[in-house]
Amino acid sequence: MENKQTPLGHIGFSIFAWIVGLLIFFPIFWMVLTSFKTELEAVSIPPSFISFDWTLENYAEVQARSDYFRFAMNSVILSVGSTLVGLLFAVPCAWAMAFNPTKRTKDALLWMLSTKMMPPVGVLVPIYLVFRDWGLLDTRFGLIMVLFLMNLPIMVWMLYTYFKEIPSDILEAARMDGATLPKEIIFVLLPMAVPGIASTMLLNIILAWNEAFWTLNLTTADAAPLTAFIASYSSPEGLFWSKLSAASTLAVAPILIIGWFSQKQLVRGLTFGAVK
Amino acid sequence: MKRVTGAALCALLAGGVAFSANAETKLTIATVNNGDMIRMQKLTDDFTSKNPDISLEWVTLEENTLRQRVTTDIATKGGQYDIMTIGTYEVPIWAEKGWLAPLDNLGADYDTDDIMPAIRSAVSNDGKLYAAPFYAESSMMMYRTDLFEKAGITINGRLTWDQTLDIAKKLHDPDNGVYGICLRGKAGWGENMALITTMGNAYGARLFDENWNPTFDSPEWKNALDMYVEILGKYGPPGATSNGFNENLSLFNSGKCGMWIDATVAASFVSNPKESTVADKVGFTEAPCAETCTGANWLWAWNLGIPTGSQKVEAAQKFIAWATSKDYLELVASKEGWANVPPGTRMSLYENPKYLEAAPFADETLLAIDSADPINSTMKPKPYVGVQFAAIPEFQGIGTTVGQQFSAALAGSSTVEDALAAAQSGTDRTMRKAGYY
Repeated sequence: MENKQTPLGHIGFSIFAWIVGLLIFFPIFWMVLTSFKTELEAVSIPPSFISFDWTLENYAEVQARSDYFRFAMNSVILSVGSTLVGLLFAVPCAWAMAFNPTKRTKDALLWMLSTKMMPPVGVLVPIYLVFRDWGLLDTRFGLIMVLFLMNLPIMVWMLYTYFKEIPSDILEAARMDGATLPKEIIFVLLPMAVPGIASTMLLNIILAWNEAFWTLNLTTADAAPLTAFIASYSSPEGLFWSKLSAASTLAVAPILIIGWFSQKQLVRGLTFGAVK
Repeated sequence: MKRVTGAALCALLAGGVAFSANAETKLTIATVNNGDMIRMQKLTDDFTSKNPDISLEWVTLEENTLRQRVTTDIATKGGQYDIMTIGTYEVPIWAEKGWLAPLDNLGADYDTDDIMPAIRSAVSNDGKLYAAPFYAESSMMMYRTDLFEKAGITINGRLTWDQTLDIAKKLHDPDNGVYGICLRGKAGWGENMALITTMGNAYGARLFDENWNPTFDSPEWKNALDMYVEILGKYGPPGATSNGFNENLSLFNSGKCGMWIDATVAASFVSNPKESTVADKVGFTEAPCAETCTGANWLWAWNLGIPTGSQKVEAAQKFIAWATSKDYLELVASKEGWANVPPGTRMSLYENPKYLEAAPFADETLLAIDSADPINSTMKPKPYVGVQFAAIPEFQGIGTTVGQQFSAALAGSSTVEDALAAAQSGTDRTMRKAGYY
């Protein structure tokens, strides 16, 4: 299709995109800025923008009070672990739905997605009881299972969309050459779907990293990730914004950096198949 | 050589095994993030050095998350925590259900009789202590002495809400960034309802009558809510419906409020020059009365309790005895100064001249806590325990829903009459469903 956009329209569109981008970025910017203020400056009205006494005392306090690296390590283990376990199930599932669809495949896909619509608090007590009886409370294994099951529908959907774009003739040719089913998936399908799998992994790592309901409710100390670390800095009585901002900045920094470096794959993964 | 290395390895391993056989008792403590609790975490070396066989694991959470988390755990006997930080609302309910272990082994020198009587009765059930208060608070008025002076206002005796309204009118100067009064407007059972219920008590209202019928349709509630909506709506800061403790603290500390009625614990924040721009211009007085002064100020304490699901009750009691003892107050004073001692729990603290000198708000705090009685907090008889809440499991839901109705009245999206009618019918439905009548 020919691009009929005028130069003026192009500039207008760019400005609009920049405004939207800045609006989205502003809360993160403000959080980082607040983390360098004193508690009094953090709540002063009107708020000070740049001209305040920059301080690192909040970071020092957060470091002194909490073992950041233990929380961060748990976040890494939980998000990467749940994503890898998820892939083990999502790849065969998406393969079956993409290349061997049945009459009910669409329904099954929709049903899987519908499980995401239930508010998690509705199943908190049953899951808590199961975790208690199986000794999974405050264990990384238990949490990996929950996070993996929670994100499985999204993984299947994303991979299914990817696999649908791969011509089934290639897989058929592999089969004609005598490839068994595991070989077909591992040596033919997966190499072609690497970008899709990469973006699925990235998105799931981000989702698991940010998950703050189950990670708060099923952990106490040993398996608590960065969400619990942040939650410990909100105070019912007393000023806490700058310390909370410092904790939040430390918590989002790793995922922000990963996201920054992999934004190309992420955007590609999210828009794949959407624009033709 | 190999043999020697092998022997050394064996010895190391055996040492390791012996060490782990002597393993410490690890206590997991759930707590909220506030100054006094954080200070306690910093001072725990004192406890662990005296009790080398006990180690401590702190789980600090935001108040609502903590409440949800510990309630789920204790109700399902999850056993994740050995000590929980709980409020005076939870203690009687959980003790009644048998979820809390009685604290009957706090040591000979613990001096239970030194705990403030009102607080002790709030954390006891059938005469037994089920949680030990760590710090306690009531509510009182903080005001700007410079603005009062400028407006020629002097306080003689305890104010009434009508007088407070007049003062708010005089102080209200939004053009110069000063609002007559700051009060809680954010909806929630522990937010606006805490204040409005004490106002209701002052106007002679009660949450439930002797037969557990809600009484929001009474003229007393109408008077209280009329006053709340008028004083905060006309002479409060804009957007008051989203203001809770911290928002009002920020406003007061930046010099925007002429008066602020809230928790006594705020006194140490507003008079701390590191946090407040008006630290040297703050006065303290009791919360206003109306028809009565009974129940006109609330009572709250954060307490340490042991869930019955814990396997380490003995060690947990040792820790609680340490954290809520008189010696702990001395310890905080020696490290952080008397002004930073957790307030409100022990009578001996208010007889200590060093504390009275360091804390200019001590007298008012004591007066407020002493006058708040969770059993006799209303003019007419009532069936529930609690000043600003009713210690029944249904109250959290009721309080939050009613708080939303009252917040809507403050915002002007409903009238006082409609808000009270909705509060009455909603509460009536909940109580009926719960089988109270």
